[in-house]
Amino acid sequence: MLQTLGLLLGCQLLGEITVQGLGFAMPGPVLGLTLLVLILGAMPALAERLRPTTTVILANLSFLFVPAGVGVIGNFEVLMDDGFALLVILTLSTVLSMLAAVGTFIGVRHATERWTT
Amino acid sequence: MTDVATLWSYLATTPLIWLTTTIIAYLVADGVARHLGNPPWANPVLLSVLLIAPVLWLTQTDYTTYFEGAQFIHFLLGPATVALALPLWENRDTIRTSVAPILLALLAGSIVAAGSAILLARAFGLPMEVLLSLAPKSTTAPVALGISEAIGGVPALTAVLVILTGIIGAVTVTPLMNLLRITDWQARGFAVGVAAHGIGTARAFQVNPVAGAYAGIAMALNALLTSLIVPLLVRWLV
Repeated sequence: MLQTLGLLLGCQLLGEITVQGLGFAMPGPVLGLTLLVLILGAMPALAERLRPTTTVILANLSFLFVPAGVGVIGNFEVLMDDGFALLVILTLSTVLSMLAAVGTFIGVRHATERWTT
Repeated sequence: MTDVATLWSYLATTPLIWLTTTIIAYLVADGVARHLGNPPWANPVLLSVLLIAPVLWLTQTDYTTYFEGAQFIHFLLGPATVALALPLWENRDTIRTSVAPILLALLAGSIVAAGSAILLARAFGLPMEVLLSLAPKSTTAPVALGISEAIGGVPALTAVLVILTGIIGAVTVTPLMNLLRITDWQARGFAVGVAAHGIGTARAFQVNPVAGAYAGIAMALNALLTSLIVPLLVRWLV
């Protein structure tokens, strides 16, 4: 567990340093994720060692968003003037985005399967 | 014997009480959701917030004080994002065969997420700074805040809109996909990851491990693409 946490934090730290140093428009953790994929590519045996801890973390991913969620309540006044319009927009836009993504994903998959068979 | 007020004034200044409150609230929320069979509307983030908010209100605790305790949990979002590397790596073979659907669905999902938000904000006649704060709403929080600041939005408003988007996506994805009779876990997961970042990804992991892995891919790729396309969309659509 500690080794896994150390590796995750190490990748994040390297990611943050790179982002700050090069002024990337990309968050440190996402770069850290990319780095860890590359490390796993070089050392596939590592995956077994990481699985127990990463499984626990990802199974409880919702928990990590609770403080930010409480922040929404703390900042509710920023929504006051346009609250209703914003909720309508967020709902419509989120559903439209999911429809566009799922439709494209399935459509392209069918098209490529037809090409390759 | 210390009186309750003295004890409280001591406790309220330590991170311990709000850290404990957050964990207990989440365990209750997650327990309730599980007991009900994880229905879409019983979102653990939403339920936890609904449990914690009255406690803060009754004890007259401001968010800054709460966050001093809760920040230790919030900090783990970084390592958790890095941890998504493992499901990505384990699904590498299916990902390799789905490169075209992944990249094109990413383009479609990211453009519609930001573009529809901008166009709808215009249709509703919202102020410019609100429109700009809304554009990166489907992106993971740290990236969304950076984009919002870069294009002239209000990061504090963006933070709220990002979390709300995550909860809306997590709540609507299952009924929407079931309504459309979509059974492809890769496609379902990818869609919620593009539209509703980490909270959507958490929901996908709750439902199916393949959906979770694909939501994680979508979230990471969306963070990259959105930072490139939002400035362009703002230029074209505003």
